[in-house]
Amino acid sequence: MKYKDYYAVMGVDRKASAEDIKQAYRKLARKYHPDVSKEPGAEEKFKEVGEAYETLKDPEKRAAYDSLGSSYRPGQDFRPPPDWEKQFGGGQFSFEDLDLGDLFSHFSGGRRGAGAGRGKIRMPGEDYEVTAHISLEDAYRGTEVDLELEVPEYDEQGFPHRVRRAFKARIPKGATDGQRLRLAGKGGKGLNGGRDGDLYLNIALHPHRLFRASGHDLYLDLPLAPWEAVLGASVQVPTLAGSVRLKIPPGTRAGQQLRLAGRGLPKPQGGEGDLFAIVQIAVPTAPSERERALYKELAEASTFNPRGHFGEEAAK
Amino acid sequence: MKIEQATWLHEHYEFSLEELCELSGLTEAELRELVDHGVLAPIELAARAWTFRADRLLVARSARRLRKDLDLDPHGVALVVTLLERVRDLEAELRDLRAKLPGRQR
Repeated sequence: MKYKDYYAVMGVDRKASAEDIKQAYRKLARKYHPDVSKEPGAEEKFKEVGEAYETLKDPEKRAAYDSLGSSYRPGQDFRPPPDWEKQFGGGQFSFEDLDLGDLFSHFSGGRRGAGAGRGKIRMPGEDYEVTAHISLEDAYRGTEVDLELEVPEYDEQGFPHRVRRAFKARIPKGATDGQRLRLAGKGGKGLNGGRDGDLYLNIALHPHRLFRASGHDLYLDLPLAPWEAVLGASVQVPTLAGSVRLKIPPGTRAGQQLRLAGRGLPKPQGGEGDLFAIVQIAVPTAPSERERALYKELAEASTFNPRGHFGEEAAK
Repeated sequence: MKIEQATWLHEHYEFSLEELCELSGLTEAELRELVDHGVLAPIELAARAWTFRADRLLVARSARRLRKDLDLDPHGVALVVTLLERVRDLEAELRDLRAKLPGRQR
């Protein structure tokens, strides 16, 4: 079994009072609670803190933990002291592949004997949450993702062992950023007839080179040459279903949105979002001599004043 | 390998009060309390048997976790969940606005 330094995780002294430990837990829980925190790795950190607190807040568990002494380093293998076998319910099993936190969560103290109640009480399995990162193309077509989960499974004595479970999940088309899916019964196993936990998938879209998603609508920057914007044009525009021709009306301005109905992401309940092409006016950065000459000619011939609305203010 | 089918937690689907209890781990009394505090709203408050939009499950689960992990009373849970919902709405709005902003100018 690997040693974990619960005091270091909580950031408290080994002699800390129960009240100090509670205070430390509250502070860390607020900081790392997965519902509240945006810090990377918050969920892992919160689990560590929760595990440490579960053990240190209970005087009996804390005493059992303290009996290990302070000479081990985190991650170091250790042999539990002989009296642990009594406390944890007999010597018929090996501590070797157990997780310290799992063992303590199972430990119910000398009063009731180890595993008391586990034979009777129906306990639902734990729910899990996983983020699935998928591409926009995957969201458009639907996809399969490989998931791997470490869940506790219980042996005959009722001791939890961490088991890696791998499976494929089908994400139907209609996904977009921040949407959630539920995989019924794919979380932790229920005990004594309790229902199995669920697995919740949180969809996160990879940024796309061209398209930006907003719900099921997509946005695309559409650069136009100045003459295309002025004269109108018919241009080839990419969509997730292949490119389409888009008619640019004469006199199109930068920032205008041209809507391609139904060319966005499919929605779970049917129908599709739209694709919006946002017009940008692009200019050649290294115009040729001939281009420069033509622009000069245009500048001299044109009476167009794009800043007419500045009026008096600009003249001051 | 068997492929598992995932279902959307989306407003298109609905849960009954009993289903929401089972999936969130809250008791019926706790769920009714969340409704009383305005944290959760059934589709029709006047209905004899309440049903909820499926995405309300996320709010119910979040409420259960916050109460358990942070030792909050019902008012505290209501406040935090309401603020979290606002944060989520604002994040969604921010994401929408970012999508509408032109990207890198060429």
